[in-house]
Amino acid sequence: MPHGETVDRPATAQVWAWLAELPDPEIPVISLTDLGIVRDVAWQGDTLVVTVTPTYSGCPATGIITLDIERALRERGIGKLRIDRQLSPPWTSDWLGPEAREKLRAFGIAPPVPGSAAMPGAARARSLADGLSVACPRCGSDRTERLSQFGSTPCKAAWRCRDCLEPFDYFKCI
Amino acid sequence: MSALTETTMPETTLSADAVLFETLLRVGDSALILGHRVSEWCGHAPTLEEDIAQANVALDLIGQATLWLGLAAEVEGAGRDADALAFRRDAGGFRNLLLAEQPNRDFAVTVMRQFLFDAWHAELLAGLAASTDPRVAEIAAKARKEVAYHLDRSETLVIGLGDGTPESHARMQAALTRLWPFTGEPFRGDATDAAAAEAGIAPDPAALEPGWRARVEAVLAEATLTLPDTARFRSGGRSGVHGEALGLLLAEMQFLQRAYPDATW
Repeated sequence: MPHGETVDRPATAQVWAWLAELPDPEIPVISLTDLGIVRDVAWQGDTLVVTVTPTYSGCPATGIITLDIERALRERGIGKLRIDRQLSPPWTSDWLGPEAREKLRAFGIAPPVPGSAAMPGAARARSLADGLSVACPRCGSDRTERLSQFGSTPCKAAWRCRDCLEPFDYFKCI
Repeated sequence: MSALTETTMPETTLSADAVLFETLLRVGDSALILGHRVSEWCGHAPTLEEDIAQANVALDLIGQATLWLGLAAEVEGAGRDADALAFRRDAGGFRNLLLAEQPNRDFAVTVMRQFLFDAWHAELLAGLAASTDPRVAEIAAKARKEVAYHLDRSETLVIGLGDGTPESHARMQAALTRLWPFTGEPFRGDATDAAAAEAGIAPDPAALEPGWRARVEAVLAEATLTLPDTARFRSGGRSGVHGEALGLLLAEMQFLQRAYPDATW
């Protein structure tokens, strides 16, 4: 559909498809829908309501994401649009699908290891990295080590491969 | 009001919304002020990884503060927003723990302050995640996942530096001794805390101490650090009685909004 053309209530499936084309501002290899932050798309009368949840409380990309969604949908002819913020349930890296994980790996970011999300409380291991095996996204080696719990964006940690010696980002579980 | 009169305050006559507002300020201000303190390391940390980690922790804390203070402003209903609360209150209006405002000094003090705070923060957020107010519970549920990473990092550093070189051990012990007097305040409630606990909005501060103490003692033992036996605990932050450090911090944090009110860019 040509940009700028006014449309009459496109189907929500169509809106989801448009949102799936929007790259994450900080990790452009995956889309906003890959990331799992778009929680709902619904029409309320003649207003399109898109519900978005932030990844991390202070993620600076959140504001950009809202602007990107608004601009993209206005270009598609959506006149009445509201973007709601939803905090609950809190975003989890478990919402990244298999396809998104493969895209991350191909981009050089180790995808989150399922089941290793930060579990606050008594069940938590001494260190969140203990027993965590993260494969190097470049050479595939499992001989890797964590350099820091934090990395170049709030959602990543800094790791290093002990075989190919390359440092890499690990998309951490939360 | 001085810190000395704090415990003899008359019974609270605050409305339910006023108790909620005050509780949100206490939680949000501690996150904001520690977040700002940690951000002061940006570009100055001893290693690149630590510089990035400090910036990330600061970002999380300031993001959490934005959520807490945003809700506080909504509850207050006086037309203020999170920015107005952060940038247009004077020191006496801040409700953060004294621990959060302590200056960075060296990396040992920064790391020890973070650990003592994170261990409390994790306990607090676990309690707030069970709040009867769903708006409080959902912010806490999100924040506690982030704080699990803060605590993982700070306790790893406390152990590594405490059980490290003679120099790092001595600095960590000095940091612990310096900061210990600020570790009584988080667990001493007042009438507002009692009202919040009664309403199920927030946990009773005293109830957080056993979990905090168990973790702190275990980590400090592994770090070969000795728990100070001082009982000269300082408090007052949560009723707005702060040290000089907070005024200096605010002078920098609030400068732009004070000098150029409503500036946009």
